[in-house]
Amino acid sequence: MTDATYTGGKEPAKHGLLTVDARTKKRNASEKRFRMYGLAAIGAGVFFLVVLLGAIIANGIGAFQQTFIEVPVYLEEAKLDKTGNRDPEEMAKVSTFGYSPLIQNSLWKVIVDSGAETPLEDGGDVKQMISASAAAKVRDWVLANPDRVGETVDFQILASSRVDGYLKGRVSRESIAQDKNIDAEHLDLVDALRAQGVVHKSFNWEFITGADASESRAEQAGLGVSMLGSLFMMITVLLLALPIGVAASIYLEEFAPTNRFTDFIEVNISNLAAVPSIVFGILGLAAFIQFAHLPQSAPLVGGLTLTLMTLPTIVISTRAALKAVPPSIRDAALGVGASKMQATFHHVLPLAMPGILTGTIIGLAQALGETAPLLLIGMVGYIATNYPEGVFSGFLSPNSAMPAQIYEWAKRADPAYYERAWGGIIVLLVFLLAMNLLAIVLRRKFERRW
Amino acid sequence: MPVLWLILIVLALAVAGYVAGRTRAISGAGDDRRALHSLPSYYGWNVAMKVMVPAFLALILWLIAQPFMVNTKATSLLPETAIPEGSTIGLVMSDVRRVADGLDLAVEQGLLSAGEASELSVTGSDVRGTLGSAGVAVGTEITPEVLAAAQSYRATNATGNLLRAIVVIGLALLGGALALAQTKPDFRARNSVERGIRGILVGAASIAILTTIGIVLSLVFNTIEFFRIYPASEFFGSFTWAPSFGGGSELGIWPLLWGTLYISFIALLVSVPIGLFAAVYLSEYAGPKFRSVAKPALELLAGIPTIVYGLFALLTVGPLLLSVFGRDGLGWMQAGTAVMTAGLVMGIMLIPFVSSLSDDIINAVPQSLRDGSYGLGATKSETIKQVILPAALPGIVGAVLLAASRAIGETMIVVMGAGAAARLSLNPFDAMTTVTAKIVSQLTGDADFASPEALVAFALGMTLFVMTLGLNVFALYIVRKYREQYD
Repeated sequence: MTDATYTGGKEPAKHGLLTVDARTKKRNASEKRFRMYGLAAIGAGVFFLVVLLGAIIANGIGAFQQTFIEVPVYLEEAKLDKTGNRDPEEMAKVSTFGYSPLIQNSLWKVIVDSGAETPLEDGGDVKQMISASAAAKVRDWVLANPDRVGETVDFQILASSRVDGYLKGRVSRESIAQDKNIDAEHLDLVDALRAQGVVHKSFNWEFITGADASESRAEQAGLGVSMLGSLFMMITVLLLALPIGVAASIYLEEFAPTNRFTDFIEVNISNLAAVPSIVFGILGLAAFIQFAHLPQSAPLVGGLTLTLMTLPTIVISTRAALKAVPPSIRDAALGVGASKMQATFHHVLPLAMPGILTGTIIGLAQALGETAPLLLIGMVGYIATNYPEGVFSGFLSPNSAMPAQIYEWAKRADPAYYERAWGGIIVLLVFLLAMNLLAIVLRRKFERRW
Repeated sequence: MPVLWLILIVLALAVAGYVAGRTRAISGAGDDRRALHSLPSYYGWNVAMKVMVPAFLALILWLIAQPFMVNTKATSLLPETAIPEGSTIGLVMSDVRRVADGLDLAVEQGLLSAGEASELSVTGSDVRGTLGSAGVAVGTEITPEVLAAAQSYRATNATGNLLRAIVVIGLALLGGALALAQTKPDFRARNSVERGIRGILVGAASIAILTTIGIVLSLVFNTIEFFRIYPASEFFGSFTWAPSFGGGSELGIWPLLWGTLYISFIALLVSVPIGLFAAVYLSEYAGPKFRSVAKPALELLAGIPTIVYGLFALLTVGPLLLSVFGRDGLGWMQAGTAVMTAGLVMGIMLIPFVSSLSDDIINAVPQSLRDGSYGLGATKSETIKQVILPAALPGIVGAVLLAASRAIGETMIVVMGAGAAARLSLNPFDAMTTVTAKIVSQLTGDADFASPEALVAFALGMTLFVMTLGLNVFALYIVRKYREQYD
């Protein structure tokens, strides 16, 4: 007897494909649950993304709008050009202190004409409403147009950051109770003038093209100079990292014999890709500033540091692009008598170029957003108020960079700068998005599959 | 002669060399190109290469070596007495450099003639005033020793620059002449050029090694310098971190390490479950349409620069947590910057890192394993839990270790979101600080590089480098050792 036979006892439960028993139910429920966990995880990730982008846009969009006051300023000849011969050199002797009262009195005249009731008494009382930069702006204009002295000219004058904050909802009557920079009476005036259209918000090109300002003039600060700093850094990275990265990849992929030296290079590259960016900052500080005495805060030093950081990324993507070129291309070139160098440079490299460029653009985008190494080589703490004078000083004179500028703004005490930091992030992300889109388009258009 | 001119001259010589080499080769073959070993352009390139390579190599070496020599010479001129109480030779030397630069500027702007600048003495004229009008502000009074050192600095630099120009241009001409002499119809120009190019390629590949050496050297030298003035036993043994630039700092690493590990732990607690489940869903459940939307959306998180996450932590997450756990809520939290703030945000940043690494690993598990499991009647989730995840485990552990290494080395989020106080506490709502945050704060002050408070940053950097490198190597080791080979 080899057959096992059922010898009584409990009947087996009657299963069927159509009746679902308790255990199957449990298993199916667990299946469903598991699936839900997965969906929830993705949902969480997407939720974080949406919250992050939402926070950036909600907080930063305000930075692109700025409050201006339309003031017809009477350019009093007795104050601005005492001799009356309209000589710009003589007029330059009048400092911004000579212009401030004119603007304040003109604004006071606007207020009186508007019929708004206020306990304030004269122009000196409303100076808190005007940006400290207004006098310099009017002075520059007058020095450029000396023949208009004596006339009344309409100016769009920046409102102070408190007034701007009031229009944007950042500043309220409660929040300024302890604030020495503005009083509730000023806000009443702003309300009155706003109803008449004298105080209004409009798009602020100065934020994108302007220079950074001192801590107390948030309304004037812009990204332009630090953008140039980033531009010069990226030029350095592109000019160094692309040729060096491509040359290194060609050697490793096409020529390197398998030996210890090659292995050592490969290990180094993969380790460098995982080294924290701040360590590259330490390297930049020690090698370029401490050792080579290059100027601190210079975009050239930033560029060199970021080059070292981006090289592994570019090498890895370039090698992948070279690997994707089929060996038959090389064989064909060698077969008709090309040397190995000719086969590589005339045939393999051009075919791999789209992949190399894509990898380079992505590496550049990574470098553009990198902040930590820049902190160590002194690109933070430097207030970038002056445009570089030329290409040379663009590379060598101290400057900031976009992410460093954002960090600098985030550190400042005035909440008006927070809005600018978020706004700066929008600009930075637009650049990154554009670079990544370019990379995607390049890949779509030129990628070949063999 | 400025470096730029030197470079331009060498480049011009190279162009001339190219033309000369090419012409000489063709005329040497009697205008019959078939008599040449290589294409004519190779003869040109051969000359150009031999003009440029030695000249530029010499220039680079010279640029590295000259500041050294000049510094040493100027330093040797400074007697011990020239260094004021409480100052260091480094600070005095930076004064010397500034004075020398100022003199250069003054000559450039015509405030001084070249002769006057080298004859200048402290007693006879107002050096500081002259430098000030040239746009260089010198903080302290200029002593005769400093001025003498600065003048010697200028003189040595000028001689050095002249010698540099002579050597570089001489090498370029010599190389060009030798290469031209080689240029005969049967000279194997292409082989020579290709050897040269190969050398350049090897040089480019070696930059990776040079970078590593540079990192290690800059860390090791400054760390040794640090341990010379601050005992290593206290650095590794003390539980307080209290730097004061006036002296008498306590620089124990443990509070910083604790903060780093705590924040990284919270970050992993957020990112690993979310990332792993997302990867499982994307690779096992999601249809191609869903995947093509959800995967790039998650990876978008990885493309956002860390400064953005830092600002998000500082201005959005911190205040939000404070309103729940702060004084108005549960009362656990003192300020918006805390371990929890930084950990949560860092966790969000690491989600795509974990998910895309795990996604690749899960996809690499062969289909036959899944089919076998389905064939035995297992449901999808049972297959995942009992077959796929165990098979993918080494890779997943590797991915988590890599994510941990990322978290430890992350800087901007902790600089902006974690606070500045170094403390050993268990409460995740306390502000703590990390190794990276302290590297930044110790090196961004105006301190000179000679004080222990600044040098400690290099010791911290060394610790960080060793930790992240160790984690990476360990991750690779795990993956290699425990990976199943299915083919």
